[in-house]
Formats: sequence, C-alpha cells, structure tokens
Amino acid sequence: MDIFHNLIIGFGVAITPIHLLYALIGCLLGTLIGVLPGIGPVATIAMLLPITFNLSPVAALIMLAGIYYGAQYGGSTTAILVNIPGEASSVVTCLDGYQMARQGRAGPALAVAALGSFFAGCVATMVIAVAAPPLAELALKFGPSEYFSLMVFGLIAATVLAHGSLVKAIAMVVWGLLFGLIGTDVNSGVLRYTFGVPELSDGIGFVIVAMGMFGTTEIIMNLELKDKREIFTKKVTHLFPTKEDLKRAWAPVLRGTMLGSFLGILPGGGALLSSFGAYTVEKKLSRYPEQFGKGAIEGVAGPESANNAGAQTSFIPMLTLGIPGNAVMALMIGALMIQGIAPGPQVMNEKPELFWGLIASMWVGNLMLVVLNLPLIGMWVKLLTVPYRYLFPSILVFMSIGVFSLSNNAFDVLIMAVFGILGYVCVKLECEPAPMILGFILGPLMEENLRRAMLLSRGDPTVFFTKPISAGFMIASVILLAIVALPAIRKKREEVFVED
Amino acid sequence: MKIKSPKDFWAGIMFIGSGVFFAGWAMVNYQMGTAVRMGPAYFPTVLGGLLAVLGLIILFGSFAVEGEKVPTFHFRPLVLISLACVLYGYLMKPLGLVLATAALVYVAAFGGHEFKWKEVTILFIILIIFSVLVFVKGLTLPFPMWPEYFG
Repeated sequence: MDIFHNLIIGFGVAITPIHLLYALIGCLLGTLIGVLPGIGPVATIAMLLPITFNLSPVAALIMLAGIYYGAQYGGSTTAILVNIPGEASSVVTCLDGYQMARQGRAGPALAVAALGSFFAGCVATMVIAVAAPPLAELALKFGPSEYFSLMVFGLIAATVLAHGSLVKAIAMVVWGLLFGLIGTDVNSGVLRYTFGVPELSDGIGFVIVAMGMFGTTEIIMNLELKDKREIFTKKVTHLFPTKEDLKRAWAPVLRGTMLGSFLGILPGGGALLSSFGAYTVEKKLSRYPEQFGKGAIEGVAGPESANNAGAQTSFIPMLTLGIPGNAVMALMIGALMIQGIAPGPQVMNEKPELFWGLIASMWVGNLMLVVLNLPLIGMWVKLLTVPYRYLFPSILVFMSIGVFSLSNNAFDVLIMAVFGILGYVCVKLECEPAPMILGFILGPLMEENLRRAMLLSRGDPTVFFTKPISAGFMIASVILLAIVALPAIRKKREEVFVED
Repeated sequence: MKIKSPKDFWAGIMFIGSGVFFAGWAMVNYQMGTAVRMGPAYFPTVLGGLLAVLGLIILFGSFAVEGEKVPTFHFRPLVLISLACVLYGYLMKPLGLVLATAALVYVAAFGGHEFKWKEVTILFIILIIFSVLVFVKGLTLPFPMWPEYFG
C-alpha cells in the first residue's frame, strides 16, 4: 500500500530526536497560548515566523503545526475549569464543560475532551494521508483558469462560512487583495502604491499585516475591558470518566470527528466552525437535549473532537493546492515561502519527507498532548492567574522584535502599528479581519493567474465557464452565494454562530 | 434620510473611500492595458471598483436596516500601544535594545489600567534579560545593545 509506505517515510522523519523536540516545543507553546486568553495561534505563529528562518523547513512546519492543534487542547482546558475560552473554538466547550466542572466532574470532562481530541487527531491524520495524494494529483492538471476559479471559490466559501455580514466579509477580502498588490508588479516592473517609499517596493510583508491585525488589535481590544478574571482552582480529582460517561460520549466523538474532518477541508473552515457545528448537531440529536448547557458530556465530547479534527484537516487544501483555508494556513504558506518552497501540489512529490513528516508529526504531537496535558493541568491553570498587565507588554516586545528582525527595519514595525489601528477600526465596525488576510496572501497569485488565463484565451473571459473544472468552481461559488442570500438560510447561518 | 445602522454606514464609507482611491490612483498613474495583455492598472482598477460597489451596498443597507451604534473608541490604549511599537522600531538603531525595550514597556504599560513603577520596572528587567538571552545570544540577531557612543 502506498499510504503505508508514505506514512513510514513520514514517521521516519517525525521521530528523529530533533523533530520530536520541535513537535514538543510547538505543542507546549500551543497549549500555553491556548490557555492564555488574548493571544491566539495566529499571532503566535506570526511572531515565530521570522525565527523559523533559522530552522529546517520540516522542523519549522512541525513546530508551527503543533502550535495550532496544541492551542485547541489548551483552549478546552481553561474553558472547562474556569469558564474562559482560551481560544474562539472552545467557546462552546464552556457551555457544558464548565457546568460539569461545577458539578465536581471536571476530571471526566477534561479526560473526555483530551481522549476525544486524540481520537479525532488520529482519524484526521488518516484522512489527510488518504485524501491528499489524489487531490494533489488533480491539482497538477490545473491551468491558470482553474487556479483562478479555485481561488474565487475558496475566497467566497471562506466568507460564507465566516460569521457576520456576508457583504462586509467579501469587501474585506477585496480590500485584502488590493493591499496584496502593493509593491512591484512582476509583469511590468511598475511600482504600485509605493508612494516613493523604498521599503514598500517589495510589498508589505504578510507577517507584518497578520501581527498588526491579530496581535496589536487584539491587545488594544483587551485593554478596553476591565482586567477582571476570577480564578477558582479546585483540585481536579478522579480523572477517569465513568462507564456511563463513555457510553454517552463515544457517538458524539465519532460524529464530531466526521463533521470536523469534513468542515476542516472546506475553505474558511477549520477549528472554529467545526466546534460550533458539532455542538448544534449534538444538541439536535441528543436524547437529553434539556441537559445541554447544564453539563451534558456530549456537549464537550462532540465539539472538542470536531475542533481538533477540523484544525488538522484544514491542512489539506494548504498542502495540496497551496490555497489557505484560514488565517493560520495562510501563515503556514508564509512559512513555506520563507524557506524558499513554493506551496502547491508539487510539494508532495518534490519534498515527500516534508509532507509526510508533517502529517506523521501531527499524530505524534497529539499523543504528546494527551500524555503531557492531563498531568500538567494544574500548572496551566496557575498560569491563568498571571494578570494581563504583565502579559501584554511581554507579547508586544516579542511581536516587535519579530517584526523588526525580518529586515532590521523600523519601517516594518510602523506598518504593523498602522495595521493594528486599521484592525481596531474594522473590529469596531464589525468587519472581520480574517477574510482580509486570506485576500492579502492571494492577491498577487490571483492577478498572475488571471493574466495568464486571459492571455491564453486571447482575452475571452468565458474561458472560466467553458473549461469543466473551472466552470465547476465558478458554479459552486455562485450557488454558495445564492444559497446564503436566501433569507431562510441566512437566519440559520446567524443562529449557528450565536453562542448559546 | 436617517442612518439606521451607524456601524454599516461608516463601514460603507470606509470601503467606498479606499475602493475609489485604489481604482483612481491606478487609472491615473499606471497603464491599463487590454484584457489580453493586462497592464499594472487593470486588476487594481477592477478590484477597487468592486470594493466601492460593495461599499455602496453596505451604505444603502445602513439606511434600510436597523443596526448597532459604533462602540466608543478607547483612544488611550489605541494610541499608546501603537506608539510603543513605533518607538521600539525607531529607537532600536540609535539607542540600542535596552533603551528601546524600556520605551516600549513603559509606554505600553501606561496604556493599561494600572501603572505601578515598581511592577513595570521588574517586568522590564525580566523582559530585557529574556530578550538578550533568547534573541541576541540564542538566535544571534544583530541588535545593538546600547547607544553607539557608549558601545
């Protein structure tokens, strides 16, 4: 079997001591920032990107991936113990997880969350191993028109699945595409929107934008709120779930894993959507819907499995097509480019050790998280007692060092501050920054593919609808938009994202 | 006409403004080209136009559908946090890592809710030790430590 052969290569890479070490660092860092509210995986990965320049590509990706799925574990720990979602994706875990903790059943809640996540992680790893090669094969046949249509589809799907106003999300994507065009035009060599500033001639660094809009914006938003966090740390006793718990939890874990694996692959999907979706499904299917919100174990098992599965399968479009489904994946593409690797379907063939090593490391990382996290819970909770007034200057120092070190230039830090302010204004006006980031990274790619497609078709725009694969993406995009525009669906979509 | 949704109103204005700017600037300064051979102005003009249209839709919506007020802007953290980062960047080369970090930490902490000299100073000392150990010694980033005169 090919898959097994590939996985063996992968594990060969993943279990070398150096890669185990980076997986461990990634998982620990991920758990740490997952526990701490106010700093998420996007800002952390952006902060670490400049440092990854010194690592090998495999080590860099293994560590960054560890941060992403590690954050899912960390986020659920604080959601259950102190009713604070460390990550957006664990908001729904608070609902029932915290109630379980109040009833003295924190142990089983944590154990089910961890075991469910681990199971989901194993399945998602297999899903990637099975689904990625044929997808990459297909993608190798893509020409410029297919790529352009795929990006259109990806961006539209990302906005449809995002919460908030659809028109605003699309506007943010377009705005991001425009920001991405700043710098030298590759075809004509013309400097666009640089206004005579030499630092802008290479364009604005993606890391800088991400850190501004997810790092400084987040800090400013947090400082508006009062620094008030009540921590009550009760001893977590008897970790193991009862037989009854397990009997009720296994089906939600299974369903959550399936749902998460599927939603993760879709552009715009990933951990957040998966956990919300799974909670809704479990509540609908449960024989005890009245227990939801009062400590139903299904409400922990389903979403926790789903968010981990979704976090992992969201690597599929990034690894096989070179298209980021969410902001974290956009950063992963940034990491590949820093290493001089062009993301796309060729990565799997040209760098099998990178591709399969990363996948195998996810499984290894998940194992580490289960083994390490349950005993370390006490320590993570203690970290929560660190007040935010110590945290935010520290985060700012690391972000500024990271950005400054990109090219030893103060101008980059200035741009970060500008995007921080822009992000703040956008959040105030209820415009989500995440779609803009996706647009930003795809801007130049889209222009390039549009140019080539139009050149090949001699200026005939119908080419996007006459080639079968391209037409498929375009039709899918139109259908998606049409569906969401329907009032009934629009209402449903809003419901899914309401936190209750 | 009455603005029913101020958030959407201002978002619409923001998008229209930047869309018109991007498209207008491209049309005036760069070559448009044709659909077959697109010039540097082509794609930005299309996108800028699209952004302006989306902005218009949002703007019209703000007169039709009831929505929320724009929440108050808290200028203290906004200004001080941004300023702290910028200071750090621009002080690094003339003054070195230690003083740049000091500027960042004190200015940023001033943007928080409580500011206690003692606490912030301890935090600064910890952060500078950490920065030196990890970034300068560990990752060998070429940062000057002190102002050139003393170095």
